Amino acid sequence: MTPTTPTAPRPLRVDRTKAIDTEAWIMRVLLTLGAIWLLVGVVLPLIPMIGRSFRDNNGEWVGLGNYLRYLTTPSLVQSFTNSLAVALTTTLLACGLGFVYAYALTRTAMPGKQIFRTLGLLSLYIPPLAVAIGLIFLFGNQGLVTTGLFGSLPELNINLYGFNGIVLGEFLYCFPQAVIILMTALNLTDARLYEAAEVLGASPIKTFFTVTLPSVKYGLISAIFVCFILAFTDFGVPKVVGGNFNVLATDIYKQVIGQQNFAMGATISVFLLVPSVLAFVIDRIVQRRQTALVSAKSVPLQPKPNPTLDRIMFAFCTLVVGFAIAVFATIILASLVRVWPYDLSLSLKNYDFGSVGGGGYRAYWNSIRMSLYTAIFGTIIVFTGAYLVEKGRGLKWLRSAKYFLSTIPLALPGLVLGLSYVFFFNNPIWRIPFTGMAIYNPFKGLYGTMALLVIVNIIHFYTVCFLTATTALKQIDPEFEAVSASMAVPFYKTFWRVTVPLSLPAILEIGIYFFVNAMVTISAIIFLYPANLPLAAVAIVNMDDAGDISAAAAMSTLIVATSLGVRLLYSWLTRGMRARSEAWLSR
Amino acid sequence: MTFSEPSAVPKLGETAPLVPPIAPAREVVEGDGPSDHHTLTEPYLRIENVHKTFGSFVALKDIYLNVYPGEFVCLLGPSGCGKTTLLRIISGLEQQTQGRVIQGGKDVSHLPPSMRDFGIVFQSYALFPNLTAIQNVAYGLENQQVPKAQIDQRVAELLDMVGLGGMGHKYPSQLSGGQQQRVALARALALSPGLLLLDEPLSALDAQVRVKLRTEIAELQRRLGITTVMVTHDQAEALAMADRIVVMDKGYIAQVGTPNSIYQSPSSPFVANFIGVMNFLDGVVEAADTVRCGNILLHAPNNEVPVGQLVSIAIRPEDMRVVDGTASVPNQAEADVISREFLGSGYRLDLTLSGNARQPITLEISANRARAMGVEALESLAIQLPPEMIRVFPKESTALSPLPL
Amino acid sequence: MVNDLVRIVTQAFSARRRQRFLSMAAASFAVVLFVAACAVSQEDLQQADSGAAGSTSSNDSSITVYTALEDDQISGYLESFQTQNPDITVNIVRDSTGIITAKLLAEANNPQADVVWGTAASSLLVAEEKGLLEPYAPAGVEAVNPRFRDDANPPTWVGIDVWMSAFCVNTVESEKLGLPIPKGWADLVNPVYKGHIVMSNPASSGTGFLSVSSILQNSPTEAEGWAYLDQLHANIAQYMHSGSRPCKAAGAGEFPIGISFDYRAVSQKNEGEPIQPVFPVEGSGWDVEANALIKKAEIKDAAKTFLDWAISPDVMAKYAESFSITSVKTDVPLPEGFIADPEAQLAENDLRWAAANRDRILEEWTKRYDAKSEPKT
Repeated sequence: MTPTTPTAPRPLRVDRTKAIDTEAWIMRVLLTLGAIWLLVGVVLPLIPMIGRSFRDNNGEWVGLGNYLRYLTTPSLVQSFTNSLAVALTTTLLACGLGFVYAYALTRTAMPGKQIFRTLGLLSLYIPPLAVAIGLIFLFGNQGLVTTGLFGSLPELNINLYGFNGIVLGEFLYCFPQAVIILMTALNLTDARLYEAAEVLGASPIKTFFTVTLPSVKYGLISAIFVCFILAFTDFGVPKVVGGNFNVLATDIYKQVIGQQNFAMGATISVFLLVPSVLAFVIDRIVQRRQTALVSAKSVPLQPKPNPTLDRIMFAFCTLVVGFAIAVFATIILASLVRVWPYDLSLSLKNYDFGSVGGGGYRAYWNSIRMSLYTAIFGTIIVFTGAYLVEKGRGLKWLRSAKYFLSTIPLALPGLVLGLSYVFFFNNPIWRIPFTGMAIYNPFKGLYGTMALLVIVNIIHFYTVCFLTATTALKQIDPEFEAVSASMAVPFYKTFWRVTVPLSLPAILEIGIYFFVNAMVTISAIIFLYPANLPLAAVAIVNMDDAGDISAAAAMSTLIVATSLGVRLLYSWLTRGMRARSEAWLSR
Repeated sequence: MTFSEPSAVPKLGETAPLVPPIAPAREVVEGDGPSDHHTLTEPYLRIENVHKTFGSFVALKDIYLNVYPGEFVCLLGPSGCGKTTLLRIISGLEQQTQGRVIQGGKDVSHLPPSMRDFGIVFQSYALFPNLTAIQNVAYGLENQQVPKAQIDQRVAELLDMVGLGGMGHKYPSQLSGGQQQRVALARALALSPGLLLLDEPLSALDAQVRVKLRTEIAELQRRLGITTVMVTHDQAEALAMADRIVVMDKGYIAQVGTPNSIYQSPSSPFVANFIGVMNFLDGVVEAADTVRCGNILLHAPNNEVPVGQLVSIAIRPEDMRVVDGTASVPNQAEADVISREFLGSGYRLDLTLSGNARQPITLEISANRARAMGVEALESLAIQLPPEMIRVFPKESTALSPLPL
Repeated sequence: MVNDLVRIVTQAFSARRRQRFLSMAAASFAVVLFVAACAVSQEDLQQADSGAAGSTSSNDSSITVYTALEDDQISGYLESFQTQNPDITVNIVRDSTGIITAKLLAEANNPQADVVWGTAASSLLVAEEKGLLEPYAPAGVEAVNPRFRDDANPPTWVGIDVWMSAFCVNTVESEKLGLPIPKGWADLVNPVYKGHIVMSNPASSGTGFLSVSSILQNSPTEAEGWAYLDQLHANIAQYMHSGSRPCKAAGAGEFPIGISFDYRAVSQKNEGEPIQPVFPVEGSGWDVEANALIKKAEIKDAAKTFLDWAISPDVMAKYAESFSITSVKTDVPLPEGFIADPEAQLAENDLRWAAANRDRILEEWTKRYDAKSEPKT
């Protein structure tokens, strides 16, 4: 070691007075804008909707009249119990099978785990509507299974239209969501606990009940509530295969679209909203009690081979994945068959949407445009919003309020959100409740525009993206902002130069999530889309309504192909990106 | 790789430095309050009556502290004592509930961090992982509209200064912990701040690297003459690096002083125990200079506690002497050996004094001495507690009121 | 003096307090400005209350047309309009009759449509009653059969064609299941058809409504009509959203019999689906598909142009290719597959009665039949 004699750099004169508090003001303004955005996007629209449930269809105050009418109309009450039955059954199925599936992926040495991981999430990219259409071609009266492949196999009629069909469809819809949550929970367990159990001589079953289950308790509760909310509020599946089995979501649609009875629509929305909000609140309370099970010193679990278990799990996963693939493949097949079931020759005739409703390729391109806008603007808004909440300084109460507001959309069913937007944005004049005052609606111009569709999509999928962004931001050293401030570098420069590059994987993930969901969503936009902006997912509903099921299958195929395509493009892009940033990501 | 003592004092450029170089304060400063030297100099940093509460939790109370130009001050205390909160208040990252912070004669109490004048180094290094060492160091400079060539030159100088010349193109993840912390130091110094804040800068490093880097940082600090406040929970680090140590406990300042004075004259059992190892024995004051511990009467000329009060007497393990038991020296006692521990350079013996078996005490002796005594087989020995080394603290008063500066 | 006061007051604040005060003052001022700028004048408020506030969309040449015509018809019809009026953009909102009606009613305060085209007259009568339609006599209205237009002058609605209920029977599936081909309404209540019939929901579908309305009108008493519907209900597998869907479901073999309407049945048969159109022997319920102008603050000329075109001989000839009865006589031969004397097939029908009783009928129907919780097996 040679002693060197470096000269200390000469001091530098730094002018810090320039850094007048503009920075703090920018932050305040951004935080305020963010809060206004959430207020206008989430909270305010709910007010006229709930208010509307106390008025009749002509706007006259009826107090609890609508609720009374609801509760005394047997068909409507029946819908409520139907919805509950569907949601509970689906939750049981999706979480039960989802747990086994996630367990197989994380805790066994079963072969092909990577493939199962990818394929198990396949139905994330299939809108519930499309799932339901696939089910018609599988289990409908002329379905592949029902007719036993048109007579070559024994017939099996599961009575698709009604409870069975809805549960089957909702199961496919909820299953990947449950698997994601449960896989995360199962991945988080500390291997040392298992080693301890083994050393103490606990049987595998005892270990399962004393170590595994308690460690995924919170994940399981989350999965249960997520599945319940999804199945309780979903509109696509019951719309297509519900037959005469009414649920709340289709009731709202019938009241609003079918009879334009917005008051009753609002009333049913409240019935849809309350259980969802309850589930959300309970989940929040339970999750708050969660303490970190995994310390930085946790050791990841390396599952040991167990031939019997592995084989059983492999068979199980193959079965589940096989079912999802069968539905997906059936959609594609049905879209290619000329006249199901009478002329099974293949043709692209169903992809010519000229003679069916819904807007055809115009709708498809509109959907792509809408999804793209949603992805771009949604990602920007969500990420900066999460950044300000997580890393901002000052205005602590506002940041806490923003955090809370950002989590609410998770509890808002899409139909409720969409209907709220109709009441809120399509009203030329707002009455301020209890004051007798009224103001012109400054957002009136948004109604019936692409912008509002993008906004409702961003809000609808806000929470998941927000939490993703927050998690990513939490992993970034909290002192970066302090260091930048010490160097008189404004926060927005550090945001751009450091935070964004470091969070790029999460940012892209958010973008994809927005895109895929905007592409497949139906509930939030079905009341909102204007005549000159037909949308692909809505087109599926219209085609189904008109009875053009094969065209609906074709449109579904287009949507799924697009979502999957974007996903693949993303993995390809990120692979390139990872290689580039390997220098600083490698640890 | 070391940044050794430079042959010349830092070259001061044409532009007037923000920090006037002054003679190192170490030799001059003695005692708790402002020394003669400091009464002539205005403090560079003044903390006046700072309080900080988080909800109902009082994190800091009654904090007064002066830091003089070029001084290296360590905030030392157990976790949760408020030292980091104080550092964050100095930097503006945290707002005090009450009180003022005056830096360079200017009240900065309510200024945001970006308008204050400091560089900071964190335990986590907080290096931007997506930027190279050079980009990290240049980060603040680039925002100052300094010409590119000047930035490049300055960054190179700074990296040379911390012994990382030639490694500037590496990303943080490609550098060792010690190297990363050097980059962080260079970055903190890049803008020539008037004040350098170090928040447990060495705690994440391996023991060897830690010792080496602490010497280097202390040297660099003295060479640059930059006023420095460091937070640490490691008393050895504080003793080795600081001009003055501020010992903190539960949100207040327990004692301020040079390392020597704090070690030699702790003002409370807390300080005594926190800095170095200290033996405590319960006792009662029998006469003005005599304390009774169990059956042992100890001569304690340093005692200031009134007669009849319960006290703790304190003595450091290395201050006790082994005696042969025949000579008549004051404060001599017989002791039984409970256990012995080989330390390499010497032995640590746990003893009980005959006549006071309840409270064991620890004695440290050199390896030479131990061999001579045949320590491995030793069952009892005679020791002396030299009277001038005994400190007497009143019982139930671990918390002393803050000392005036 | 005032200045002094201001100075004293401002000095009372520390710099920090002052900043906070100023920002709060600025914020409150902004809110006040905003509210003031948006505050609604009393006239507008009253207008909003009376439900007459109109939208003031720009005078562009795009019109929104609500229609219940079939998707596969619309593009063919529109061709001639677009060649004649290349500058006018037509936004088509196609939905079932019930939904178009409900939309018109719901948007009473803020009409979105400019024109209604090809939508059940019984529904337009409901809208007319609420004052949502603007009377307009399109060019060539004299040629329209008076039976199929509003008798007022200028008329509120002008018909273009008549459509009637018809059964779509899938011959392949019926044979498989051993079902006889029904001849009329009376046959449909035969228990052999249990679970094999689908029909459209009258609340959403105009076709569904005209079937129900015709059954009620042509039964000796309304109560007997409901009794018949009760029996029919026992055989119904599903009530479907649109008038065409039961026929398409029958065409796809999903259900062997769909209660639908004439054009649907005939065109699907002509496309080669195994469908036999059945015109019930008791006579078919029918309605007129009619056009109307929406009453709104700014009525676009393009809307009137559209209405003129919508009964012009060119397009009337097109209608005649898919409908057996058009409101203006054309020399187009009766399309293949229709019944020979379509006018004779029409059952007794009082459109005004249907319109006046629409709400009541739908409510009763919904109460009786929409409560099905379990699918028919």
